[in-house]
Amino acid sequence: MTYLAKPKLLRADAPKNALGYTRRDYEGAISTLCAGCGHDSISAAVVQACFDLDIEPHRVAKLSGIGCSSKTPDYFLGASHGFNTTHGRMPSVLTGAALANRDLLYLGVSGDGDSASIGIGQFAHAMRRGVNMTYIVENNGVYGLTKGQFSATTDKGSKNKRGVVNNDTPIDLMALALQLGASYVARSFSGDKEQLIPLIKGALRHRGPAVIDVISPCVTFNNHAGSTKSYDYVREHNEAVNRLDFILPRDQINASYEPGSLRRVVQHDGSILHLRKLGNDYDPSDRVGAMNHLQERHALGEIVTGLLYVDSSAEDLHRHLNTVEKPLNQLGDAYLCPGGKALEALNASLR
Amino acid sequence: MKPIQSSNDFVIKFANVNGSGSASANELFARAIMRMGVPVAPRNIFPSYILGMPTWYEMRVSAAGWLGRRGGCDLMVAMNPQTWDRDIAEIEAGGYLVYDSTKTLPRSRFRDDITVLGIPLTEICNREYTDPRQRQLFKNIMYVGALAALLGMDFAVVEKLIADQYRGKDKLIGANVNALKLGYDYAKANFSCPIGLRVERANGVGDKIFINGNDACGLGAVYGGATVAGWYPITPSTSVIEAFSSYCRKYRTDPDNGMARYAIVQTEDELASIGVVIGAAWNGARSFTATSGPGISLMQEFFGLAYFAEVPVVVFNVQRGGPSTGMPTRTQQSDLIACAYASHGDTKHVLLFPEDPYECFTLGAQAFDLADRLQTPVFVLLDLDIGMNDRLCHPFDWDDQRRYDRGKVMSAEELEAGKNFGRYLDVDGDGIPWRTIPGTHPTKGAFFSRGTTRNAYAKYSEAGTDYVYNMERLRRKFETAKKLVPAPVLQRASQPTRFGAIYYGSTSPAMAEAYALLEAQGVHVDTLRVRGFPFADEVIDFINDHDYVFVVEQNESGQMRMLLMTEGEVDPKRLIRVLHYDGTPITARFISGRIADALAEHKVTPIRKQVAS
Repeated sequence: MTYLAKPKLLRADAPKNALGYTRRDYEGAISTLCAGCGHDSISAAVVQACFDLDIEPHRVAKLSGIGCSSKTPDYFLGASHGFNTTHGRMPSVLTGAALANRDLLYLGVSGDGDSASIGIGQFAHAMRRGVNMTYIVENNGVYGLTKGQFSATTDKGSKNKRGVVNNDTPIDLMALALQLGASYVARSFSGDKEQLIPLIKGALRHRGPAVIDVISPCVTFNNHAGSTKSYDYVREHNEAVNRLDFILPRDQINASYEPGSLRRVVQHDGSILHLRKLGNDYDPSDRVGAMNHLQERHALGEIVTGLLYVDSSAEDLHRHLNTVEKPLNQLGDAYLCPGGKALEALNASLR
Repeated sequence: MKPIQSSNDFVIKFANVNGSGSASANELFARAIMRMGVPVAPRNIFPSYILGMPTWYEMRVSAAGWLGRRGGCDLMVAMNPQTWDRDIAEIEAGGYLVYDSTKTLPRSRFRDDITVLGIPLTEICNREYTDPRQRQLFKNIMYVGALAALLGMDFAVVEKLIADQYRGKDKLIGANVNALKLGYDYAKANFSCPIGLRVERANGVGDKIFINGNDACGLGAVYGGATVAGWYPITPSTSVIEAFSSYCRKYRTDPDNGMARYAIVQTEDELASIGVVIGAAWNGARSFTATSGPGISLMQEFFGLAYFAEVPVVVFNVQRGGPSTGMPTRTQQSDLIACAYASHGDTKHVLLFPEDPYECFTLGAQAFDLADRLQTPVFVLLDLDIGMNDRLCHPFDWDDQRRYDRGKVMSAEELEAGKNFGRYLDVDGDGIPWRTIPGTHPTKGAFFSRGTTRNAYAKYSEAGTDYVYNMERLRRKFETAKKLVPAPVLQRASQPTRFGAIYYGSTSPAMAEAYALLEAQGVHVDTLRVRGFPFADEVIDFINDHDYVFVVEQNESGQMRMLLMTEGEVDPKRLIRVLHYDGTPITARFISGRIADALAEHKVTPIRKQVAS
């Protein structure tokens, strides 16, 4: 039951942030997802990131689509307004919300079915438009709520629970995001919070569309041998050798990447995947380089995680539309209604 | 055949080629007639193409002020060889034909029962102008000049209109007036002017303004306080957003810094456009979209979300011919059902039916108050006929004392004071709950909006009791809406009658004229113009007060009649269909003819039976 309140018992020495809030103030309802779901780790990472960044919870708006991932905004930031919209359409609703009030932080949460299948159009166009948001894809490569169908990010050759092999080419949402103008692009793993939390922080502090693809194993339907998105599989190939520090978007990006470690795994069907992190030679300010890198490594069967691209000087949709600084939803009648006199002049021009 | 003789009461039709620049010349001519105080109702009949296809501009001149389409054509200006034969055939016996006589046509291509007035427009243009575009454009102005002579109009009026139109561009004024004069002089020199049709000065226009419904909707959205618009181009609604954009630039640009007090996003499709609107409205900004039938179909799922999550959005639906792609450039009123019950599950939506551009403005602005008050989607259902055609209407007005009704929005102060907040709790008995805008208070008033079922405090719940509570509240809210939508407009017949007629939207001018025609024939019918859905009690009372009610509408299935039957639980036999749906605007002749026929079929004496009121 999601509406059971969490116990309010707190240790007296529970750490507080600069606002005087404890981590508990950033939590939400109790998760209804399966025990061990990667999505819950992402929720925890969001809580930690917001706590660390001293964000006032009520200044965040959480939006999602439909699916397991899209349920999660109920499970963090309980003092924030949230909107669980329709399947695949979170980006447009978030866009409208962001236009109405430019002063809030917008956090979109979606999944691989929600963003790569039914919602791929909205995903793509929100990136193009430069909406100021953090967009987290909780990517488990499977439809959970409908019990285990392949999604559009399921790797070719990956097996479902019954042993059926996926023959369709997967969609790489981050490759799309790079091409379509996202200005902060990252990939991570729900089981690697040291990597994930700084990436979320960087995204929340970024202006423009910040998107993070988080590989997030489904313990119930996609955590078996033969799946390329199982905990074992991903953990085994996701050595935390390349921890990112929180990156302020306007800072020179000078995180010291340790030499990328490459884990080579032979899958059940003989295909090989390498999950590796970024190496020293990687330039996260080079969009074309990032696209090339993704493609090159993908061709080699590797998964690249980390901060793939950041453009710290990106402009957002509000800048493109030249909207006033004051949020549109706070403009009063006097700022909006031209009044009767203006109509008299207009009438005269229509005779 | 005697040539038609008529002053200030006839129909002129221009047959042109799309993209030839004829539209502005034709409009200039219509405005010139109005400047002489004579009401004109022009209608564009255009194809779903950009260039080179046939297009017509039909103009009804009516001293009596009848603005509905009349049908027929007394004077044809045939400028399109492609459609020559059908254009000639359409002229009423005794009518007139004006055409470009540069190229000689065989006698067989004309008719004996009309007056043929050939003007060598191309020849004159080729003699006067060297630039090909000028030759094309001034040909149009030239026939306007010729018509001014033929109809005995005051040349100075047209000349002044051109001067007003091109104020500041003196070179254009001189060139246009010159072309106008060439046509005028040719007609004077070669024909006996005026012909049987004449425009004479009158006082029928008054302070009326001349504008189309789409522009008026865009203006209504500005006055209604809309700040966010999400949209996708679709005929015939596109110009609603173009007008909103242009009025916003004019009225909503911050004078201090030139920044925009509005945001308009052209999205990738209609799903995204209504998504943007819902997101903005959820976040406390007044927002809207404009679309047409196919867009309404695409938005269905989102309408259900806005209905169930109770988000106040406004949708202008400029209806065109359906189903499917249908007749994109023709008019119909065929989206009532698609909008009234949009989306799956048990949904009902508020609809408004403006009759003309004035109401597009007033109801358009009011839609935003209604949406906020009721926290639900509000559809403004106009159609191509009023949306895309300039129409004489009451001048726009605005009460400066009026303040936007933002509905039940709980403030930070109220939350701080401990006011009980349940997002879906009916505290006032009217079915309308309170809402909070995101970001209002650090610890109170946050809620999670969703399309799934929930309890009164917005917590996820599949409990039957919670579901039923919510649905019953939504019903109560819809009952409340009956009292808030604009009231119907009643016109009693000159004598008591047991017959009534219900109509709405763009049918209005044709119905008013039909009423007069029927009255003149001794046929008495009370009429009621429905302006909103859910139906106010007066609508159902009107039906109950009459034995039979004609339901006049522009669709094939009688959609208003269906709504009346369903919502008013009215006996279908008492609701007689009067349906016009060929894509052209309904006419008074059609309505009065159908009603008279139906009365004859019912074998009833249409008059002098008293009814208790």
